Order: sequence, then C-alpha cells, then structure tokens
Amino acid sequence: MFLENAKVQSITQLGTNIFLLTLISEKIAAHAKPGQFVNVKISNTSFPLLRRPFSICKVAEDSFSIMFVSIGSGTSALQNKQPGEILDVMGPLGNGFSINDKFNKAIIVAGGIGAAPFPFLISELLKSKKEVYCLTGAKTKTDCITYDMINVSTATDDGSLGFAGNVVELLASKIDEINEGTVKIFGCGPNAMLKSLQHFCAEHSLESEISTESSMACGYGICQGCPIESTKNKDKFLLVCKDGPVFNAKDIELP
Amino acid sequence: MSDVDLSVSIGSLHLRNPILLASGTVGYGNEIAEFIDLNKIGGIVTKSLSLKPRKGNLPQRVVETPSGMLNAIGLANIGVEEFLNIKIPFLKKFDTKIICNIAASSIEEYVDCTKILTTEETISAFEINISCPNVKQGGLEFGHDKKAVSRITEAVKSETSKPVFIKLSPNVSRISEFALAAKEAGADAVSAINTLVGTAFDINTCKPKIKNITGGLSGPAIKPVALAKVLEIKRNVDIPIIGIGGIFSWQDAVEFMIAGASAFQLGTVNFVHPNISETMINDLILYCEKKKITSIKNLTGSYIL
Repeated sequence: MFLENAKVQSITQLGTNIFLLTLISEKIAAHAKPGQFVNVKISNTSFPLLRRPFSICKVAEDSFSIMFVSIGSGTSALQNKQPGEILDVMGPLGNGFSINDKFNKAIIVAGGIGAAPFPFLISELLKSKKEVYCLTGAKTKTDCITYDMINVSTATDDGSLGFAGNVVELLASKIDEINEGTVKIFGCGPNAMLKSLQHFCAEHSLESEISTESSMACGYGICQGCPIESTKNKDKFLLVCKDGPVFNAKDIELP
Repeated sequence: MSDVDLSVSIGSLHLRNPILLASGTVGYGNEIAEFIDLNKIGGIVTKSLSLKPRKGNLPQRVVETPSGMLNAIGLANIGVEEFLNIKIPFLKKFDTKIICNIAASSIEEYVDCTKILTTEETISAFEINISCPNVKQGGLEFGHDKKAVSRITEAVKSETSKPVFIKLSPNVSRISEFALAAKEAGADAVSAINTLVGTAFDINTCKPKIKNITGGLSGPAIKPVALAKVLEIKRNVDIPIIGIGGIFSWQDAVEFMIAGASAFQLGTVNFVHPNISETMINDLILYCEKKKITSIKNLTGSYIL
C-alpha cells in the first residue's frame, strides 16, 4: 500500500456523467490486483474532507485509471481535474478477485458504474486464458457502460438498449447457453442487483465473487466505518475495505 | 540534531513528544504502522476495549459533514482477552507508549477490565472512555453524571498504579466541573474532548444518514469547540490536559498546547493523512526553533488573554 502524489495523465468522458481518470503511479500500477481500490483525496482543502474510494479500472505500465460517475460534491470536483494536476492517492487497497481458481469461463455481470473494476479484471482473465462474457446493465442507454468489455450483452430497464430488464434477468435469460464448462460469475453494482445476483448464483450453484461498496472514512481498516454482515460468523462484522471489497457471494449478507 | 526538547510528561507518564494517536482512529496500531514509525511518536491510544468483544452498530456508521464527519461505530472491539493475546505481541515490538482505552457499561466492567489489563507491562496508562455518544448503555450516561465520573475514576484508580486519564464529553454545559470531579477522584489527567453529538438527514428519503440516528462529530469542524473546552479546563482546574478535537495540522496542535494541553491526540486526520503524526514532528521542531522555545513543555498554557 502506498501514499502517492499522482499526476493526472488524462481525463476522458465516457458517457453522460461517466469519466475515466488516469493517474501516473508506477508503484500502484505494479502492485494492483483486479478488484482492489484506491482512496483518493480529491482536494487539498477540507472540502471534501475524507478520501473517496474508487475501484481500479485498468492499469498500464506506469499509470492506473479509475472510472466514476459524477454524482456528488466529491465526484463533481474530480471531473474538473486537469492533466498535470496532482492528486493524493492511497492504494492499492483491499482484496481483489481470485482468478487462479478452477474455472474456464468468466461471466462478468455489471450494473451501472459497477462496470468500473472490470476492464482490469478482463485483461487479467484473458492473460490467464479464460473465456470471458460480459453482461452490463443500466437504467437507460446513456448510462450503460461497455467500456473495454468483450463478448458483451447489454440490458436496460427501459429497453432503450439491448435486453429490456435488469442485468440479472439478462443473465437468467442466457444462462442455458452460457453455463457450459466451469463457470465463475464476477459481479459489481448496486446492492439490490448484487442481492439478486447472490440469489441467482445460489439457486444455480454457480461460484461467484462480488465487489461491494460502502461509505468509509479511512479505507485501510481502522475507522470500522464499513461493516458488512458475514454469513459465517454472526458475532463479528467483516469490513468492506479490508476483508473486501470483493467477497465470495456466499460469505456476506448484503444490507 | 535539534536542541529543541519535545518530550512531555502527563503525570508520571513520560512521552518522547506530545503526539498521541486517538482512540478509535488507530485500531490497535498494526494498520497505521504501515504508514508511520510508531517509535517516533509519543504513543497510541487503543480502540476502546470492553470486557467481551462487541460487534458494534449496524451500517451506515459514517458520513461526511462540512469539515468533519459523523460516526456511530458503537464501540466495536475485540475484547480484552483477544487484545492481550493477539494485539499486545505486536505492540511489544515498539518503543512507544501504549495507552489502553477502556469503555464499559458498568463500574464493575471498568474495574474488571483494568484489573486484567494492568498486569500487562506493555500498557503504560489507561484512558477511560466515559463519553462515547454512540452506545445506549454506559458511555455518555456516565460522562454526564459527575458522581459517576468520580466513582468510575476512584474504582479504576484503586485497581492500577498506572496513570489514569478520563476522556471527557463535550456535550455538557461546564466541562471543567467534570474535570474537577475526575481530579478529585484521583485522575492523573483528562482527555478533552470526545466527539460532539450530531446528525444529518438524507433529504430524499427523510431518514438520518447514520443508522444510529445520531453520531459523534469529529474533524476540523469541532476544533474551535475543543479549544474552548481545553481552555475552560485549564483556567479552572489544575490537572494535565490531553487536547483532542479536529487537529489536522501541526499548527492546530500548537493551538491546543497554547490553550493548555500538555499533549494532544490526532484522530480523524489519521483516516485522511495516516502519516501526519510522523511528518509533523519536524514542523513542531521548526516552530519551536523559530519561537526560541527550548522545551515544548513551555508551550502548554502559554496563552496571553
């Protein structure tokens, strides 16, 4: 884990309010694993005061990128960053996805900005010679993120792009054709979507890992601000920042 | 090497410098040790310990507010036994003062915790949390009752020869009266302040942003309040004060010492800048050199009103 003053290399708009910010940091790029995150101090003033956590979206030799939706005060300040500006970044943090276990087909299931960790994961999966299929969904066409995905099918709640319905319903509609060989599901998105994905995977006995999100103050395990219920030990919460953000879907009970 | 002496004493506890890390913002030291050399700071105050492990409150536990944050963790902790078995072996490796914070829901529990923990030589002192705003039992109830403050202080003091600091609640009208109660019952120092009770609402759902409804406000937003409380204690009660509340820079820390603090604790800032406790050492030396202060102790209560 590093504290880096990372220079903004580029900021690209990917959709209506969706941005890709690339920061220069050899150390973070070299040590990051898919599914890990960085905690970013958006300004050097006390507004916003706390760092903001973002999944690592992709890495290059000396840089890494984060993908975000400009939605609150922090992210709207972030979208205005210019190349050359310096951001104070902590990372890589948390536990990422496991890609070395026995499966030959990875199914990516992304809801909205839940697409963020997957470009990095997909590139690592391909290096490990896994077959990759991507399902991505959103409320409407303009929010649907397919960035750096392959073999991609889309779903929108309003039917403006691809399958009409949510992304877990899209998965259900395709499962018979996809579910051959040893399959592993990788999910990220809003809690409601992840819950329904957990349910679906349990019903179909599918191995799955999901990346969760939570409000947090520190990102490295000391504030105890990001508890998540464990299915294995009811006496103790797990922490999204340190025990996650990626969990085996069977191990957690989403709020 | 600088000639400035940064060492301070709080009762019989000697610190290499006045920089302490506040309870609840450093866990039990292992995570923050990835960012700083614990051997360079005065000491750390552990996350509040209770006799048995506590799961803590349901999420959402934290939310950012203007220049601050609300938290309602609910004293989630591993309990005395696991602390001694798992955390102490790690902490033993460092030459820094370990101040053990205890939170309990009865006087008996404070006594039981102290009795067990005082035998561990790695622990240099105790900080008694009588002011957690986020648990129903204990905590705040005690902190708002001067008689309870006296009784708890006396009970804990009778179980240990180590220094005992009482962490005071700012959610009272006269904090100095509570500092006096602690002093008269034998406390070696007071830590001031704990968090201020606050809340925030989501305007779309009309629900509180914190599951516990209210939380404890910390961060730069509370610094002026904390400074006023430290000053109030300093002007009314002769007891060492450990200043806490929204310190985000070395300048903030100096303000607390001027207002009357013998040492200070860094809290919320550890979440944002986990290495600040180490980086501010040099800034404090430079400040003292510039002001021709040979010993930082001389800063304590140096206000000119």
